[in-house]
Amino acid sequence: MPKLIKLDGDTAQWAQDVFTHVADDDALPEGDVILSLARFQAEGEILLSNSRRVGVRIEPDQEVEALAYDLPRLSVVALAFPKYRDGRAYTSARLLRERLGFTGEVRAVGDVLQEQAGFMVRCGFDAFEPNDGATPEAWTKAAHRFRHVYQRAADDRPVAFEERGA
Amino acid sequence: MYLYDAIDREFLTDRSNEFRHQVARRLAGELTEDQFKPLRLMNGLYLQLHAYMLRIAIPYGSLNARQARRLAWIARTYDKGYGHMTTRQNIQFNWIKLKDAPDILDALAEVDLHAIQTSGNCIRNVTADPYAGATAEEIDDPRVWSEVLRQWSTLHPEFSFLPRKFKIAVTGALTDRAAVKVHDIGLILRKGRDGQIGFEVIVGGGQGRTPYVGPTIRSYLPSEHLLSYVEAILRVYNRHGRRDNIYKARIKILVAALGAEEFARQVEEEWGKINAERADLPAAELARIRAAFAQTRFETLPAVSEAFEAARAASPALRRFARNNVKPHKQPGYAIVEVSLKAIGQTPGDASAEQLDVVADLAEHYSLDDLRVTHAQNLVLPHVKLDDLPAVHAVLESVGLATANIDLASDIIACPGLDYCALANARAIPIAQDIARKFADPDRAEKVGELKIKISGCINACGHHHVAHIGILGVDKKGEEFYQLSLGGSGAEDASIGRILGPGLSADKVAPAIDALVEAYLHIRTGEERFLDTYRRVGLEPFKEAVYAQAD
Repeated sequence: MPKLIKLDGDTAQWAQDVFTHVADDDALPEGDVILSLARFQAEGEILLSNSRRVGVRIEPDQEVEALAYDLPRLSVVALAFPKYRDGRAYTSARLLRERLGFTGEVRAVGDVLQEQAGFMVRCGFDAFEPNDGATPEAWTKAAHRFRHVYQRAADDRPVAFEERGA
Repeated sequence: MYLYDAIDREFLTDRSNEFRHQVARRLAGELTEDQFKPLRLMNGLYLQLHAYMLRIAIPYGSLNARQARRLAWIARTYDKGYGHMTTRQNIQFNWIKLKDAPDILDALAEVDLHAIQTSGNCIRNVTADPYAGATAEEIDDPRVWSEVLRQWSTLHPEFSFLPRKFKIAVTGALTDRAAVKVHDIGLILRKGRDGQIGFEVIVGGGQGRTPYVGPTIRSYLPSEHLLSYVEAILRVYNRHGRRDNIYKARIKILVAALGAEEFARQVEEEWGKINAERADLPAAELARIRAAFAQTRFETLPAVSEAFEAARAASPALRRFARNNVKPHKQPGYAIVEVSLKAIGQTPGDASAEQLDVVADLAEHYSLDDLRVTHAQNLVLPHVKLDDLPAVHAVLESVGLATANIDLASDIIACPGLDYCALANARAIPIAQDIARKFADPDRAEKVGELKIKISGCINACGHHHVAHIGILGVDKKGEEFYQLSLGGSGAEDASIGRILGPGLSADKVAPAIDALVEAYLHIRTGEERFLDTYRRVGLEPFKEAVYAQAD
């Protein structure tokens, strides 16, 4: 199992992962779970009412807008990177944060490499399951490699034009 | 020109350090080639047939003398003494060693140059009219908007892993020298009914194996909303562009599949949900960028230069140069000077280190420290005083850069082809050289007039053959190089995709076939018709007959 890295402010740290990723044909375990969108739509209502925390895993071809009404009750949205070159989850993350106002955990799962850290953090991801063995130290460093950014995103970093105006 | 400030410079330093770290990990064996590949591609470093190729961004094709000299120095120090101008106004060095790449990026960063986003599935270097800020035709300076887009797209967190590469071109003039209709996004500056400035937005043009002239999805976008609207286009593409097939992943395929109207509807719907206040560029930053380009200080001069008129009267060579390579400037007493990198027998678009140094000097002394690269693989001195034309011409002549053939048959666009490129099926450079030799007689070339011949060594169409008056595509037929001719394409304001003439020809038959096409044209043209106009009037048949009757 990949270990979980979470952002604490600007710093990435190891975190205890209390959630279990549940495949569609797995028996439901005890405790907090992350389900596929289909399974969440079938069983989510019951699970949410029996006082466990629920997360949903969104594949790149699924639209996060499908979760719009459930977001306030979700603890985690896990966005999948089947290949790290598949950039759809960046859009999903920004929409979750900037348009749908989701304040829970947005987790990157799948082909997650430290080279993506800067992009992910800027798009609103705050939890990561790296599969390249990245440590929190490497993750923090990669996320802050650039002292300046040129465009607004889901984070609150000052954009170059704001630094210039300051 | 836009000058980098401390923020832009620190950004480049950070980028350079990041890449040095990655190269070190690769050279130490900590990264496999597979893992390293996407990282080096994000810095413009390709592994080609014989060596690494480094593609350096020349934002909107604009350089100052110091930058051009640094490119010359790199050619001399790390390459074989020359560089190659690309059809997207960039420069490529073809003989780079991996271990040198970080030092080269450092040397580039010192003069505010870089290789960021010159490859990979991201928003590539933005291109623009090479006559920007010099031509009287323009409604607004496209460099201002190109710089806005350059900054916005640089390491864009959401749009750095698109389905495929993404190219944007901007023009402010009606004459299209930036091929905007065959880009992923083409932007044409327009004046609105209210006197304000806006853009016609064209999306989904392109070349490659499925060429399209892009449809206009919005005839007028108020200029202040450029970034929010482009964000909407990119978001629709990032979400819905195909990722299952590399050959169907460009935005043109999505636009064609949905239809321009439906695509436009989706963009407008997304645009309506974007918080424009956050997404659009603040007016103060736009004003800062605009001011950087408005600083060109022209002298007040008479519209006619006696010195130039006298020199021209005395020199047939200068007259020919003036006819073909000198274009009108917005400021009286100035001219735009095209510097052809298409000397007969040379590799199209190649410039030697010595030539780059000389052109840098000319730019500094005679063109307000401004030099441009065109998508036709030539250079431009945009602001030359008419008084100085004789001196500039003489210097160009002394280094073999005074070929008076802009837009003539020997001004051929050619990709590097099988001589360099790992993707190519056939050579492009020797074909271009063969054809150019047919038009070595400048009187003949001028008699033929405007004729845009473009050669690609494979279906990826880097040589723009689809939008050539005469296009030539190299194909591999059972291990032999063959060339398919097409007629009637244009990458300009009258954009169109060429039609295939007939069966492919072997390499030695190509130049004679071009000759036959040109002779047929000279025979049937009327009045001032260009080759393209004649073709559009009479169609393929007479040309087909000329080539294949001769080939039999």
